[in-house]
Parts: sequence; structure tokens; C-alpha cells
Amino acid sequence: MKLITALLQPEVLPRVQDELFAAQVSKFSITAGVGHGTQKGYEAQFRGIQTQVDVLKRVRLDVAVNEDFVERTVSAILRGAQTGNAGDGKILITDLHDCVRIRTGDRGSQAIG
Amino acid sequence: MKSVFPMAAAAAAPIPKRTADRTGKRTGRSRRRILLPLLAALFLAAPAAAQEEAAALVTGVDTLFVLISAFLVFLMQAGFGMLEAGFIRAKNTSNILTKNFLDYCLASLGFFIFGYAIMFSEGNPFFGTSGFLLIGAESAADVPLWAFWLFQAAFCGAAATIVAGGMAERMKFTAYLAYSFIISAFIYPIVGHWTWGGGWLAQLDFFDFAGSTVVHLTGGATALVGAWILGPRLGRFTSDGKANAIPGHSVPLASLGVFILWFGWFGFNAGSNLAVGDGNAISLIAVNTNLAAAAGAVTTTLISWVVFGKPDLFFTMNGALAGLVSITAPCAVVSPSASIWIGATGGFVVVLAVKFLDQVKVDDPCGAFPVHGACGIWGTLCVGLWGRENLGLAREGLFYGGGFEQLGIQALGSFSTAIFVVVSMGLVFLTIKSLFGLRVSRQEEIRGLDENEHGMESYTGFQILSS
Repeated sequence: MKLITALLQPEVLPRVQDELFAAQVSKFSITAGVGHGTQKGYEAQFRGIQTQVDVLKRVRLDVAVNEDFVERTVSAILRGAQTGNAGDGKILITDLHDCVRIRTGDRGSQAIG
Repeated sequence: MKSVFPMAAAAAAPIPKRTADRTGKRTGRSRRRILLPLLAALFLAAPAAAQEEAAALVTGVDTLFVLISAFLVFLMQAGFGMLEAGFIRAKNTSNILTKNFLDYCLASLGFFIFGYAIMFSEGNPFFGTSGFLLIGAESAADVPLWAFWLFQAAFCGAAATIVAGGMAERMKFTAYLAYSFIISAFIYPIVGHWTWGGGWLAQLDFFDFAGSTVVHLTGGATALVGAWILGPRLGRFTSDGKANAIPGHSVPLASLGVFILWFGWFGFNAGSNLAVGDGNAISLIAVNTNLAAAAGAVTTTLISWVVFGKPDLFFTMNGALAGLVSITAPCAVVSPSASIWIGATGGFVVVLAVKFLDQVKVDDPCGAFPVHGACGIWGTLCVGLWGRENLGLAREGLFYGGGFEQLGIQALGSFSTAIFVVVSMGLVFLTIKSLFGLRVSRQEEIRGLDENEHGMESYTGFQILSS
């Protein structure tokens, strides 16, 4: 089991969702947040005082999958999120120790699907 | 009763300021006690002088009425601001509100320098030619020039700000500033001169009491041609031609905006009477205004419920405004029951116009054309359908046996105004486009106009899950 975490630009979210649904990945969660990367921040102002906004809006997409779904999930996210510009984001893949489905109490691979 | 005691205690306490207040009030009261018998004596002794005083009093009351109406119409600027902010996405909120502030400011200045002269001075049937900067200008009503000017300037600001909603979320800020000065200094005043400044439409008995055509159609038609030249927002229409919803980010702001507009509209319509009179006309106008708005809102709610499955608040809000725009031209010359018909039919017009824009792929985020353009035409035509001769119209409307004559004049006035506005503002937008561009870049549009045009966020510190 793997936990796939993608850090994305907010505007690609609808496209990524469509690609995930097309790849039959339909269980994921999304969180709003901010972060800093290669594309850096921007200069803002408040009543004439310049300030540097270092962290930009991000969304975090978390998908827990079984081994046979890892590649199709990653490629779906890539299809939806890749523009070639700095700031497209990252996909982090980590091993998942266990998983519990709260409704039934199921454990492991069965609980994910 | 409770509140009497603290007041009495305060009066008894030896605080010098309070005593001074009380003395001041007493002086005021006693002065009135002397004045009343004096006035009565004047009436008996010198009828001419008393008549003069009474006339001054009438002018004073009328002026107060027009000024309060002007303040109400000014408040509509806040209504438009909140409505437009609520109908668009969070990332463009500062941008639309900055536009709302500055179009009113530029309208005030433009209408002072050029607008009033073009609109209300004599000249030719198409535009006035004297009284620029209000030098040598005259009031076109029985109230002082300053009161009349302020009332008209607030109207001019309304026409200008309608367009912000139709071109929202993608129009360059500089382009908007240029546009709003041109419409308020030149285009709106020319249209106004035709109907309210003794121009060619006024000479034909064209009737537009408070501006369904002059104000709303001018704004709505400009929004239509502007939105068409700008093109739709990214993602509004799919490549296979389907219309996507881009939901507004704040229902409470939009609702507040509509309530403020409804409130301000009492000043917009009743104030257009420009006099209190015996109170009959302005009361009828206020009631008609209210009934049309209510009927419009109920109609669009029912349409959305029946056709789309759920009562849709955004349609309810558009419906209230549709009723208000529709009753603006006929509000003084129709009965209250007719105003319910006018508002309800306006509700149908706005829904059809929204669906029509989706069909032709013109993106109007706040419904500026459906509400102000389509219902502006409809309201103007309603004068020729439900208008009454005994309420001051030149002839009876179609439904009261007056035939098609007034309806024909209304159609001519409305359509010629729409054509003039679309052509002239179309040229203005194309000129701005070739000089410094009308639309922000794709990247700026995605990031939001707040960040790129103003370097600021509207909701600093809030987590907003959208682009």
C-alpha cells in the first residue's frame, strides 16, 4: 500500500479530478494550503508599503492506493497537472503501514479499495 | 417609560454641556412659538409676501426630496459593488471593488466637466453644447442646479458601474478607467439628451420616466458589446460548446447588494419625479417599484424551481433586479396591478436572456445584459402596453385601447438607443484594445486580478480552496 500525496496549483484541480475519475481512482481528499517552491512569491502592497508574499496557494491531494494502482494514479495526476512551468508541484509517494475503514473496521488492502 | 428617568437624571445633574443643550432646545422651541403667529399675521397682512414664502418652502421641500433621493441613488453604488463582488470569484474581489469605487469617481468628474452640459443644455436634438464645468448651466427641474446635478450624477455613475459586472474577472484595470470616463462624460449624456434633455426622442413623446432605457439599457448594452469583444472567461465554455458554471464566491455579499439596490431604487424612481407635489405621484411610484421587484423575484424563483429543479437564489436576485429595471420606465404611469405584471414578465425576460447569452457564448458574469439591457428594453416597451393617459402619458397604452402608437414610439426609442450605444461603445472598446489592450494575460487571469493588477488579496489570512 502507498500513500500518494500531490502538491498542486489550485487551478489544475478540476483537470486532475477528471483524470483521476477517468483512471477509476475515486477516493481521495483535498486540502487547501500555502507553500514555497522554485517559482518564488510575488510582491504585494498595502497602502503603499511593499511586502513580499513568499508562500503561494497550493492544494494537497492525498490518495491511498494498493500497489497495482500506483502507476495509473501517478500518471493521471501528471496528465492533469503538468504544464511545464515552474510551480507545477510535486508528487510524493510513501509506504503505507496500515489502513482502517471506519464503517466496517476492515484492515489493510481491503480497506483501501 | 424607563428611558425617561435617566434623561431626567441627566438634566438635573450639573453638567454644563447638558445644560447648554437643553437651553439650545428651549430657544429653538420658543422661536417657533413666536414664528407661527408671525407667519399667520403675514398671511393676513401681506398675502404676496406669504405666497413667496410658501413657494420658497415648496422648493425647499422638493430640494430636500431630490437630495435624499440622490443620496439613495449613490447608495446603489454600494449595492452594485456588493452584488458584483458576490457574483464573482474571491481572487478578483479587490479588482471589481476598485473598479466600482473609481467608476463613480470618474463619473462624478466627467459628468461635471462635460456630461451635464451635453445632457441638459440646449443645442441640437442630439447633444447639448453649452454649460461645460457647469459654468452658465441651468437646472432642468424646479430645484436648485446643485441638487439636480447631484441626482443626475448619481444616475450617471449607475450607468457606468453596471458594465463592471458584465466584463468582470478579465478586463484590464487601465482599460476600465478609460472606458468609464468616456461613457460618463460623453456616451451616457448623449443618450440622456435625446430623452431627458429635450432631444429628438423627447420631441416624439418617447417616455422613460426614470431610465429603463437611458440608464439601464445604456449600461446593459455596453456590457453586452464589451463582454462580446473581451471573450469569455477561461473555462466558461468547454470546447464542445457546453456552458460551465463559475459560481460566485459570496452569497451573503450578493444578497446584501440586491437589498441595497432595491432600497436605493426607491430614490431612483420616486426621486425622478423631482418634486413632492401632493404626495400622490411619489407614493404610487414607490409602491409600483416595490411590487414589480417582488413579482420579478417570485417569478424567477418559480422558473428556476420548475425548470432547473431547485429554487436558485442567484436567479431570485436577478429576478428582483429584473422587476426593478422593468418598472423604471413606466413606474409613474401604470397602476400597481400593472406593475406586478411588468415585474413578473421582466422575470421571464431575464431568464431567457441569461440562457440566450449561454447559447451565443457571451460570458456576462453578473448578468448585466440580461438584467439591465434586456429588461431595460422590456420596461420601456411596457410603457406602451400598460401606460395610462390619466397618469400623465401622452396617450393610452395598447392594453387600454390606445393602439400601437405609443408602443411604436417606445420601441423606436429603445432600439435606436441600443444601436447607438452598441456601435459607439464597440468603437470605444476596440480603440482601447488597440491602444493598450482590453484583457489581462492568461496567467494573470488564472492567478486572479487582485494579485497582478493590485498586488493584494481580498481575504488575507483566509483559506480559500479554489483558483
